[in-house]
Amino acid sequence: MRAPDTNEILLQVEGVALAFGGVRALRDVSFNVRKGEIRAIIGPNGAGKTSMLNVINGFYHPDHGTITFKGRTRARMQPFEAARGGIGRTFQNVALFKGMSALDNIMAGRSLKVRRGLLWQMLRYGPALAEEIGHRHRVEEIIDFLEIESIRKVPVGRLPYGLQKRVELGRALAMEPDLLLLDEPMAGMNLEEKEDMSRFIIDVNSHYGTTIALIEHDMAVVMDLSDRVAVLDYGVKIADGTPDEVKKSQAVIEAYLGVAH
Amino acid sequence: MAGGGSFDTFPKLLLRNATQFGTRPAFRHKDLGIWQTWTWARVAAIVRAYAAGLHRLGLQPGEKIAVVGSNRPKLYWTLMAAQALRAIPVPVYSDAVADELAFVLAHAEARFVAAQDQEQVDKILSVSDRVPHLQKIVYDETRGLDGYDDGRLIAIDDVIEDGRAALTADPALGGQMDEFVRQGDGSDIAVILYTSGTTGASKGVVLSTRGCIDAATDTTRFDRLADHDVVFAYLPLAWVGDHYLNYVQGLVAGFCTACPESSETIEQDRREIGPTFYFAPPRGFEAMLTRLMIRMEDAAPVKRRMFNYFLDVARRYGEQVLTGKPVPLRGRLLYALGRLLVYEPLKNVLGLSRVRVAYTAGEAIGPDLFAFYRSIGLNLKQLYGQTEAFLYVTCQPDGEIYPDTVGPAAPNVDIRIAESGEVQFRSPGMFMGYFKDPAKTAETMTSDGYVKTGDAGFFDEKTGHLKIIDRAKDVGWLADGTMIAPKYLENKLKFFPNIKEAITFGDSREFVCAMINIDPVAVANWAERNNIAYGSYQELAGHPLVYNMVAEDVARVNHSLVKEKALAGAQIRRFLILHKELDADDGELTRTQKVRRRFIAERYAPLLAALYDGSHEADISTEVTFEDGRKGTIAARIKIRDMHAAGSADPLGKAA
Repeated sequence: MRAPDTNEILLQVEGVALAFGGVRALRDVSFNVRKGEIRAIIGPNGAGKTSMLNVINGFYHPDHGTITFKGRTRARMQPFEAARGGIGRTFQNVALFKGMSALDNIMAGRSLKVRRGLLWQMLRYGPALAEEIGHRHRVEEIIDFLEIESIRKVPVGRLPYGLQKRVELGRALAMEPDLLLLDEPMAGMNLEEKEDMSRFIIDVNSHYGTTIALIEHDMAVVMDLSDRVAVLDYGVKIADGTPDEVKKSQAVIEAYLGVAH
Repeated sequence: MAGGGSFDTFPKLLLRNATQFGTRPAFRHKDLGIWQTWTWARVAAIVRAYAAGLHRLGLQPGEKIAVVGSNRPKLYWTLMAAQALRAIPVPVYSDAVADELAFVLAHAEARFVAAQDQEQVDKILSVSDRVPHLQKIVYDETRGLDGYDDGRLIAIDDVIEDGRAALTADPALGGQMDEFVRQGDGSDIAVILYTSGTTGASKGVVLSTRGCIDAATDTTRFDRLADHDVVFAYLPLAWVGDHYLNYVQGLVAGFCTACPESSETIEQDRREIGPTFYFAPPRGFEAMLTRLMIRMEDAAPVKRRMFNYFLDVARRYGEQVLTGKPVPLRGRLLYALGRLLVYEPLKNVLGLSRVRVAYTAGEAIGPDLFAFYRSIGLNLKQLYGQTEAFLYVTCQPDGEIYPDTVGPAAPNVDIRIAESGEVQFRSPGMFMGYFKDPAKTAETMTSDGYVKTGDAGFFDEKTGHLKIIDRAKDVGWLADGTMIAPKYLENKLKFFPNIKEAITFGDSREFVCAMINIDPVAVANWAERNNIAYGSYQELAGHPLVYNMVAEDVARVNHSLVKEKALAGAQIRRFLILHKELDADDGELTRTQKVRRRFIAERYAPLLAALYDGSHEADISTEVTFEDGRKGTIAARIKIRDMHAAGSADPLGKAA
């Protein structure tokens, strides 16, 4: 496992609380993500993991608390602002354009990087063409990196689930994020697919230097993959530390084994 | 048209190509979605720098450098760079498990290894304590290897860059490189190819430079291969076929070798490249056809009818059109229309549009399969060869193609049939011996310098072409001395769609008998169309109408044997249909689905006895393993059918 390059804090979550009516999804949660690390947020079903990710990328707005990303603190932000700021993500239920090819889906991830206006792009002439070639080159590097050359032109709706997940990861990578949020990247996968995906996550981290925050409830995978793990249970952070520390935590054992609260 | 000419080593040929075909493409490789091209001039410059880099790392003449990976330009250039230093490349199968790899590396005393990627590097590092000579590992793809802290590792790109810089800085080094090439001699070892080792431990086949170039000069002339040709390199780098057909012929003829993007994109890449010379084993052609047929099943009825109609036309006239024989005007017109509507689009989908010469070899190819490709205008031919011959022993010349022969001797190859029926040859490319194994070498060579192939065969009287009938050790003799070739008979039987497996017996017996497995899919389909009710595989297998059908197939095999003098006496006189499918779980087949004849003879001993004692049915009870691992027994009463010998009035003897 690679140690984080620095102790620089990329993302600081401070005292975040979120409620849906009477359901208190997150209660006073604080944690941070260091630059260059693989950070996991785990917890049993309904612990508030996805809510936490949605707060980070601006999909939900917290009732209390602040989020500091790359030194800028804010309380309200829209998802596209988060994307522009350098936060990429994948979804628990694959969210791709089913009728489009794997290549086009990943190209779509470059849209925030496109500098030329719509008209230029439609003309595909001169500088716009040069720019598109540049984007295509970046996308081809990602395709090579994720070993999906053979499905480049296949509509993603026809691909098996494990490959769709990989295309989605590719699309998130295409925007060259500083922070990559992965929502249950291994959900619904068989053992081999999980191993493949773990390898890609580690490779993304070491090759592109991307900081990764991932949510997962498969404990074993997370422990092998992550530098640090935060554990949520009923919207409360009950443990935080290296995989070894977390494994020994009594609170975590109880939460996972279902001991009465 | 280029040949080897006076050039007796590969580095000399490379320089010749750089001068003669400097601007022509030598290699193509699809990288990041785009086909990259290297001309002969560029390749020669890269190889020179690469060789200088390897020299600076300490690779000495006569030392071995193993090459582990798939078809990548940089790995082919490794072969060239090694040969430029008079070092010896040793390609290794990239899917070899760590133990096999360790064996080859240690046996070949490899000091250097060129590996494709992290996977191969990891495998080599994991066995490096068993490879005492190993000093440096150079690798092509850097991905994942950045973090490795091992002084033995260096990227091929860095080696080339270092060599380039050193050549610029030190003119004396360039002179030294030229000197290595000048010193190179036809008697140098060109390459050591390790056989894949289906029979025991793998052996290192040592080939001489002169021999390789002479053999390839002959075959490139034979098929008129020249610098405008393109081959598609997708078969294992360590296999003699790839090394010969692509690497050596490429250098000799100056044609372009195209490497696929990855093993999963082969079909798409083949379409994009459009090779003009193509090789695939029979199962490769079969898989292509099966995929095609499945897609046709889903096509619209109009298209399907058109497809079937024109395939029928092709069956009738295709072979004659291809070989330029006279065809009636109507056939000519229909075939031309079929070419426009079906054959050419079909070949285009398969990426075979531009193929001028295609070969298949390695095992028997079904006559229907063979005829299909030829009928749609693909010049598919068979060759017979082996690593010890540096591939070609025989090959079919254009216009003289028969599905059941492998052709006459290749140019300058001398073939004879030993008294035992074994095929023996002398050829320009024949090997110098097995590496560090004089005993095995002596075993394989005859005292007068012929190589024993281990295959039994004979020359067909009508055509003068060689027919390979079996592995020599499987060939047997009937009690009256008639030769029998079990696998040859079995292949003939298996070409019928109703027959899935067949096992023939006859060694030291009075006549030949067969046990047959019906193909459940084909026969069930037939039963459905003919309203034949059955409850189980066993019932279907024992059905009298099924017996009648199989008897017709057996009769046809017997009939075809009449024409072959050497085997006419080995007709199948009695057969039975087994009540269960042969299964690898029961040990009846190998994991690669080959029948284990001896095991079956023991397991079904009562049936075998009944085949020869003249009884008309026999009881058998066998233990079977179910899919979940449980064991059970199946008992059955099996009928035995007598067959008449075709052709001669030869009486059936006491078995009748």
